[in-house]
Amino acid sequence: MTKNLRVKSSKLVDETYRISFKFNGTTYYGFKGDTLASALLANNIHLVGRSFKYHRPRGIMTAGSEEPNAIVQLHNGTSRTEPNVRATEIEIYEGLDASSQNCWPSVKFDIGGINNFLSPLLPAGFYYKTFMWPASFWEKYEYFIRKSAGLGKSPDVPDPDIYEHKYIHCDVLVIGAGISGIIAAKTAAKNGFKTLLVEEKSYLGGSTIYQDSEFFKINNQNSASWLEKEINEIKKIENLEIKTRTSVAAFHGYNFLLARENLTDHLPLEQRENKTRQRLLKIRAKKVITATGSIERPLIFDNNDRPGILLSSAIKKYADLFGVACGERNILFTNNDNAYETAMSLIQKGIKVQAIIDNREEIDSKLIKETEKNNIKIYKGYTIVDTFGYKRINSVSIMKLSKDGQKVIGSKENISCDSLGVSGGWTPAVHLFTQSGGKLKFRDDDQVFIPNTYPSNQISIGSCNGDFTLDEILINGPKLLKEFLKIKKTEYENIEIYSAFNKSKRNIWLLPSNKIVGKTKSFVDFQNDATAKDIKLALREGFRSIEHVKRYTTTGMGTDQGKLGNIHALGIISETASSKMGELGTTTFRPPYTPLTFGTIVGRNVGKYFDIIRKTPIHKWHVENKAEFENVGQWKRAWYYPQNGENMHEAVQRESKAARDSAGILDASTLGKIDIQGTDASEFLNRVYTNAWSKLEIGKCRYGLMLNEDGMVYDDGVTTRLDENHYIMTTTTGGAATVLGKLEDYLQTEWPELDVYLTSVTDHYATISVCGPNSKKIIQKVIPEIDLSDKDFPHMSFKNSKIGKVKCRIMRISFTGEQSYEINIQANYAKSVWENCMEAGKEFNITPYGTETMHLLRAEKGFIIAGQDTDATMTPIDLQMDWIVSKKKFDFIGKRSLYRSDTIREDRKQLVGLITDNPEEILEEGAQIVADMNKTPIEMLGHVTSSYFSPNLKKSIALGVVKGGKNMMGQKLIIPMEKKQINVTVTDPVFLDKENKRLNA
Amino acid sequence: MFLINCPFCGEREQSEFKAGGEAHIVRPKQPTELSDDQWAEYLFMRKNIKGIQFERWNHIHGCRKWFNMVRDTSNDEIKAVYKMGEKPPVK
Repeated sequence: MTKNLRVKSSKLVDETYRISFKFNGTTYYGFKGDTLASALLANNIHLVGRSFKYHRPRGIMTAGSEEPNAIVQLHNGTSRTEPNVRATEIEIYEGLDASSQNCWPSVKFDIGGINNFLSPLLPAGFYYKTFMWPASFWEKYEYFIRKSAGLGKSPDVPDPDIYEHKYIHCDVLVIGAGISGIIAAKTAAKNGFKTLLVEEKSYLGGSTIYQDSEFFKINNQNSASWLEKEINEIKKIENLEIKTRTSVAAFHGYNFLLARENLTDHLPLEQRENKTRQRLLKIRAKKVITATGSIERPLIFDNNDRPGILLSSAIKKYADLFGVACGERNILFTNNDNAYETAMSLIQKGIKVQAIIDNREEIDSKLIKETEKNNIKIYKGYTIVDTFGYKRINSVSIMKLSKDGQKVIGSKENISCDSLGVSGGWTPAVHLFTQSGGKLKFRDDDQVFIPNTYPSNQISIGSCNGDFTLDEILINGPKLLKEFLKIKKTEYENIEIYSAFNKSKRNIWLLPSNKIVGKTKSFVDFQNDATAKDIKLALREGFRSIEHVKRYTTTGMGTDQGKLGNIHALGIISETASSKMGELGTTTFRPPYTPLTFGTIVGRNVGKYFDIIRKTPIHKWHVENKAEFENVGQWKRAWYYPQNGENMHEAVQRESKAARDSAGILDASTLGKIDIQGTDASEFLNRVYTNAWSKLEIGKCRYGLMLNEDGMVYDDGVTTRLDENHYIMTTTTGGAATVLGKLEDYLQTEWPELDVYLTSVTDHYATISVCGPNSKKIIQKVIPEIDLSDKDFPHMSFKNSKIGKVKCRIMRISFTGEQSYEINIQANYAKSVWENCMEAGKEFNITPYGTETMHLLRAEKGFIIAGQDTDATMTPIDLQMDWIVSKKKFDFIGKRSLYRSDTIREDRKQLVGLITDNPEEILEEGAQIVADMNKTPIEMLGHVTSSYFSPNLKKSIALGVVKGGKNMMGQKLIIPMEKKQINVTVTDPVFLDKENKRLNA
Repeated sequence: MFLINCPFCGEREQSEFKAGGEAHIVRPKQPTELSDDQWAEYLFMRKNIKGIQFERWNHIHGCRKWFNMVRDTSNDEIKAVYKMGEKPPVK
């Protein structure tokens, strides 16, 4: 089994550098420069995986990113294991350990292979048709489907590697460093454009770099030698940056592209530590030159998927570039001249070619004549009708094609082989071009889609533009470049080109067989096991749109996105449905071109860097005092301060009681603060709040409710008049940015005539709130010179003051229902002022409390939290807050919507209080509220929005929204829970101190 | 991702901007005199055109100014940008 099929020293691999690697547990050797695929082939291994649906043995098919079969799992420890890696792309390194996917117990003996024999029972749309009935069985089906689905295994521990993002701006981006890309990059850079050249492979030069034969010459040199000199030259150009192992994943509008640069995947594992593994390049280019080349087409015939069947161009590449023979007795099967290039390369390296089977009848290019001289039997006008060999191809059956190519005639002939190269011509790689919004046209001459109209400043050149031959590339390329770069001439004006290649091709999408289509397995999508038969079935069942056929048959839905076979699927549809290819269109090519790792996509934005974290200036104190934190937007807010092993409930009960009995202190710095100045500031507030502001005296505070234009409550907060034309508005913590945005919107777009200036000062001021019956005494100790008498400083008023030399603003406002003072001070003094308050409050058992206690205290008082007790469907009337809606004001945002037919309905959901029959029973927030459990379906009247156990009232309290709740005071309702029903009574939402005695005390 | 030519700052990445819906919808001067239907027309009804569309944009991570944009929604081509209060430079 382990033969060495290395034939000759080659360009890319370094035979002096041996590397050992494991595949399916066995150790093999390869050389530096090998891909996993080339190293396996050198060890005579073709069978690398099993197909998705039928579990058929599959081998390496290509030598690039279009590979459908050879996708493997890499095991670099449990955290670095990676599924779906293309063996044709991964470069081997010391210690590489790979295994086959989608097979059990092993790739050589796979239980799932039975699906292959059951295949008549597994037609296109099998899942849709079979697992539909009975519906209740779905859960059982799903279990087995999930078990058998999926290719690789994802790692189940965090990714230890480092990834990053980088922005690049350039004049010209060239995608692909084949011959077209090289001349484009050189031309652009030499004409002064800052140029970036990216190439997905590790080397430059594409397929021309190993085209070392007498049949292809440029200026009388072998094309490879000529290109090598060009490459050496461009490496020296200063304003040209070259990035290899860099694959463009997405081409978005306005020439914005994403590329993945692979930095360490080819290195031995121990050399990867502390290095960035992959980098996502975000490229903005003024001009883009796409030179992504083309992908060879397979041919579609019965059993065209056996291990040992490769693209003809891949066989050539393995021989020329890696010095590896894919077999010792090769057959080539073609409809064009490319297979003869492969044949000549193999002959040059002493690899045997048994025969060439050519669909074409009359052919006579120089290349073919040369091939014939080497005693290779050429079957002209023949096709393969079947292949044999389960885990490796061992022979093919051929028959003569009829004149029209629709059927086979004559007798069958068998030829033995151990490798088959197929060539169906080339498909331009237009994926990136179409992603960018480009439109394709179909060229009937050689049946290819090529770029037609460009949506941005870009061109496609070379074979991705349909220029396949050396002379087309070197004549059309420079011509297009001159026009695109607006330059007078290029270095390639008088170039001499010799090419023995003839362009003739006999395109037959689905090759005929001596069997009926229903009895054949002619694979169109190798990864997803979609056959020509499946596509025909889909058409018979009435599917017409290419997008529908794709989804029904899963053609092109694998990780390779059908880079090989989608075009054949289109061809078969167009022939079967007698429609024109050009009119049929293509399926949508979506980014990424090749799969990206999640690591690359997220870059450094993981863990604590996932989002911005905002901390108040007093944060350190909270940490030192063992606070538990809660995320409020991006803010970290102290949630509660557990003492002596308290749980949250116990801590909150203690904090709430202390705040009402003596004194509590809260860090309210996260509240949004907007500084409002200008001669029209009062008028502005009149228009944005529901209540009246013109008559607010300087030094007074007022609570305001802000609506959206649709009348729904949006935000609330207290605003203080600091001076004639100067206010400070507070918003909810979460609403700060959007409120400012909304106010700016109205100022700039609706009322530009108003003289008002808004400035966010949220981060500039810290807010310390001290509440409770002893709060006055504590503040007095902290600021001895201030007069805190109720007469001089009543509830809802404000004073400027100083703590030491530092100016501060004191507001007497309350969110708890207790007498309460807020100190607003420049943020960097906040921690010391907080500590002053703690010191001054010691004798009063001042108790720091967090957001949970704050929520509880305000609920006792029936104060709403915008966003918790409201959603975007609550008007102030629904909240029973009619008192805050001015009847006199001509207009304010949302006013007209308050008497739309829908907002005046009596049976809207309205905010009410809920008291449980059992005072110990605490309701769950979000629980549904119903009246009648016997009615079917049970009518949902609303839901619980806030719920707590009140230590001050010694009972459970809750707020909720209930349909028509305003008129249901005293009525009994039911909260149905999973295992019980909880009986509640509807009450007023204010549970404590309705008379505001505590506030004004 | 668009490149947007902010009328105040110049060309910037789309990620610095926020789209603000259809442009040139004027808030009624006397909302109280409108019927429910008329108010609903202002409040809810927006065009969704394939082709030339007039839009509001805000340079939210820049100068924070609102401005207008003419954009062809079929190919995302930005035809023009202009300040609030100005007449559209293209039809």
